[in-house]
Amino acid sequence: MSGGGGPSLMDSLFQRTLDDLIKGIRLHLPGAAQSSFISKSLDEIRREIKSTDSQTKATALQKLTYLHSLHGIDMSWAAFHAVELTSSPSFLHKKTGYLAASLSFRPSMDVLLLLTNQLRKDLSSTNQHEVSLALECLSVICTPDFARDLTPDIFTLLSGKNFIRKKAIACLLMVFSQYPDAVRVCFKRLVDNLESADNAQTLAATVGVFCELASKEPRSYLPLAPEFYRILVDSRNNWVLIKVLKIFAHLAKLEPRLAKKVVEPICDHMKRSEAKSLVFECVRAIVSSFYEFEFAVKLAVAKIREFLLDSDLNLRYLGLQGLLLVAPNHLWAVLENKEVVIKSLSDVDRNIKLEALRLVMSMVSDDNVVEICRVLIGYALKSDPEFCNEILRSMLSTCSRNVYEIVIDFDWYVSLLAEMARIPHCQNGEEIEFQLIDIGMRVKDVRPELVRAGRDLLIDPALLGNPFIHRILSAAAWVSGEYVKFSRNPFEIMEALLQPRTNLLPPSIRSVYIHSTFKVLSFCLHSFLLPGKGVNSSRSNFVDIEPGFTYSESEQEFTETDHATSSSGFNKRDTFTQEAVVNMLTLVITSLTPLAESHDVEIQERVRNVLGLAQLAQQEISCNHDQKEKMVDKVDLKTSIIIRLINDALSEDFGPVSLSAQERVPVPNGLVLEENLSKLDSICADVQLSISESFSLVKPILLPTDGDSVSNQQNEEDSETSPAESMSLLAEHRKRHGLFYLPSDHNKNASSSFPPANDPNQRDNDVEDLVKLTDESLVLKRKPGSNRPRPVVVKLDEGERLPITVKKTDENDDLISGAVRDVLLGNEASLHSSNPSGRRKGESHSKDKVENFETGNSSKRRSKHRNHGKYVEDKEENSEKSKKKSGGRHKARRRADGGIDVAVQKQVIPDFLL
Amino acid sequence: MGIRFILMVNKQGQTRLAQYFEYLTLEERRTLEGEIVRKCLARNEQQCSFVEHRTYKIVYRRYASLFFLVGVDNEENELAILEFIHLLVETMDRHFGNVCELDIMFHLEKAHFMLEEMVMNGCIVETSKANILAPIQLMDKTS
Repeated sequence: MSGGGGPSLMDSLFQRTLDDLIKGIRLHLPGAAQSSFISKSLDEIRREIKSTDSQTKATALQKLTYLHSLHGIDMSWAAFHAVELTSSPSFLHKKTGYLAASLSFRPSMDVLLLLTNQLRKDLSSTNQHEVSLALECLSVICTPDFARDLTPDIFTLLSGKNFIRKKAIACLLMVFSQYPDAVRVCFKRLVDNLESADNAQTLAATVGVFCELASKEPRSYLPLAPEFYRILVDSRNNWVLIKVLKIFAHLAKLEPRLAKKVVEPICDHMKRSEAKSLVFECVRAIVSSFYEFEFAVKLAVAKIREFLLDSDLNLRYLGLQGLLLVAPNHLWAVLENKEVVIKSLSDVDRNIKLEALRLVMSMVSDDNVVEICRVLIGYALKSDPEFCNEILRSMLSTCSRNVYEIVIDFDWYVSLLAEMARIPHCQNGEEIEFQLIDIGMRVKDVRPELVRAGRDLLIDPALLGNPFIHRILSAAAWVSGEYVKFSRNPFEIMEALLQPRTNLLPPSIRSVYIHSTFKVLSFCLHSFLLPGKGVNSSRSNFVDIEPGFTYSESEQEFTETDHATSSSGFNKRDTFTQEAVVNMLTLVITSLTPLAESHDVEIQERVRNVLGLAQLAQQEISCNHDQKEKMVDKVDLKTSIIIRLINDALSEDFGPVSLSAQERVPVPNGLVLEENLSKLDSICADVQLSISESFSLVKPILLPTDGDSVSNQQNEEDSETSPAESMSLLAEHRKRHGLFYLPSDHNKNASSSFPPANDPNQRDNDVEDLVKLTDESLVLKRKPGSNRPRPVVVKLDEGERLPITVKKTDENDDLISGAVRDVLLGNEASLHSSNPSGRRKGESHSKDKVENFETGNSSKRRSKHRNHGKYVEDKEENSEKSKKKSGGRHKARRRADGGIDVAVQKQVIPDFLL
Repeated sequence: MGIRFILMVNKQGQTRLAQYFEYLTLEERRTLEGEIVRKCLARNEQQCSFVEHRTYKIVYRRYASLFFLVGVDNEENELAILEFIHLLVETMDRHFGNVCELDIMFHLEKAHFMLEEMVMNGCIVETSKANILAPIQLMDKTS
């Protein structure tokens, strides 16, 4: 208060305190009034914080911190003042400074450099509270520079007073992650702290640090298993036990012998403990890492059941989560509790419903997928939109998993997809669109059904009003165009594609519609003009693959169509009468002409293509009509020639494209892909615009099919070589035979063999339903009635829909575990200089040659095991004793072998595992 | 790290305390808090205390008008965090005597100080109420 002069004195005397600020904020209503009050206060703070009086400064910073933390006000400009206050002799001011720093500093601030010395000073202070302030701040804002500079100071604190020690230990985790070399300095002392049984909190902090470290790279901590084991058996602190259990859950996956040893004490805890948190942690550990031990899993499942039946919601939720963890390895546990699971599907709590849904999906197999999906659709219709979509999403992802692995009957699946599209809240249009097209390309046998489902969707004018469905309609339009040859009535599809309400569609989807119009049109003209050859040529490559089946089926469809539309004869030629075709041409021209002036280039361009073809055909056909010439002449018409060409191009099948397709294209000689093209920018800057223009205008309409013919060839090559092929050939053969004997009933069977997914009568009593049918379908494996073989599904490469996941571990984690391994195996003396650099070199290679690295590593490890294997027999007794004596003995040994007795430690630790 | 942030939020959704154990920008904090508050405050007493959000699991509990929300890693033990929240509330109760929203608002520094005693770098380092409060009591005495 003494110094400062006028303004500063005034500031100090009339400064608002933090309380005043808070009261002021509360007086002003949220909104404009409050924010103007805050900005006024900020102006004051800006003035006050420059004061030389540290009390004034501290109050200003306090207020600013408050505003920053609760009102989101930026305070990076005040960083320097926070640093200033940390050096204040007053503890309270120092505390304010450190709090501001830990709440607001970001790692990239320049001002951090100024803090290093103050941190060091406080870390070595005699006042333990000052040390604690510095540690807390450091644990939040630690940077690699801080970590490097302050490691020695933290190291000394690791053996200090308990109050400080536990904090220093917790802080270490941050230091390690920023500066892995700190491991070499501090790790031994950290390990020593595992034996600090005298202070539970220090132990808790230490175990906490190891738990975090082990979750990133467990293998390095295997040698510490004896210490953790001792804690697991001796400790009575639930916090510590939970963390140790987590560590063992990681370690046990790596070392089966360890798992055998540890599973007993874990079960003891599970049986004995009163604390639900500990019990649940045991359950989680058992079911995720010790699932091979039958008795342990049984016990865990019993505990899960207790949780599931508890009245506490939280326990029920965790019970479901537990089940979800058991499911992959012990499905029986889910089945035992399936009533609870299915009841939870209609719980009030969305989270519980979600868990239950995941569990239901985990029960799905190819035997029961039809029934489960039927019931789930019923649930979806009853649920709120959000959960409804959740159900649909999980159905879609489960059914499409691993290239539709569990779907046997694709006709059913396509009808399910169409069913989903009609659910009012459905927002999964994008995924359904993808799957409809994907199935169309992969599964040839399902195309007729696909076209039928697509037609039903297209023809319904009501659907066009729902924007969520537009994507699905786009798929339906594409399918109907691409596979129009399976259609019962192409004219009907044409009408559907051109119906007036299509103007509700966004341009991108409308252009798909128009392109499909083009395909349908060219198909109809082809059938009309070139009846005989048409069918054969357009289907030629289809016949190659499925000679008997496809031909007979589509032939039969056309016959049915005739009955429906003209009822004049059995010849399909009669569907495409002159009159019908002329009518269709008129329809196309009248409905599309207005669009020829569309502002959307894509629409405009496609419309013009269709119109060009339609007008040419109209001219020639109608003039043909006038002169009453013979049909034979049609072959020579200009249209016919064009149509033949177009149809040849269109009849190429689209196939799925492998993810690695691009990689397989050889790089042409002399093309340097890695060349830096940045220089081009300056040259192309003014040319760019014209390039993009010309691109959109000249895009030839046949480009997609052209491009596809390449991928299609490739696709066929692939499918020939794919390993799934031999399996599916068998199925195909069976299918062909089945059809040979029962040609005409096939379709009816197909449509009646599954109930409609969305049957109003079946929507009630879903619960009993699902319980019942999961009973049936899960208990009875393989229903005898299902004699429909699974159609061929084209697969290119495993997991092609998943992006290739390169396992990316943090480089720092690697460095940490590397250092830990060095320290633990005691070879820091010998390897300190050579190994780390070698390891790092290995890592940089490993990014592209992970496999190499892995095998190299494991072979090293294996040789280590082999080494100690020789000692196993004679050391066994020894290790037994050492375990019983535990504590002191271990400590003594480690200290003794610090530098010299490397070999002994190596053997002693793995012996424990036996 | 186990605990990644601790939030105290009132019924109206206003943040009353925010402690992060990892660096997020102001903008990220604001959106994260907004999303979480919207998600959690919409839930009622008949629903469980765990919510999954982004990569976090939120464990929360309501005491009178105040929500205590703790964001943890997916691996963390939910029930232990619930116990931790309870311990935190009990500790504050012991210090302030029937703690309420206003106590935390007007004593934000103290609340942070308590939290810092209990949690460091996302690890729980102290669980004894007496130990947690000792430095604060000392501070109150000297000032």
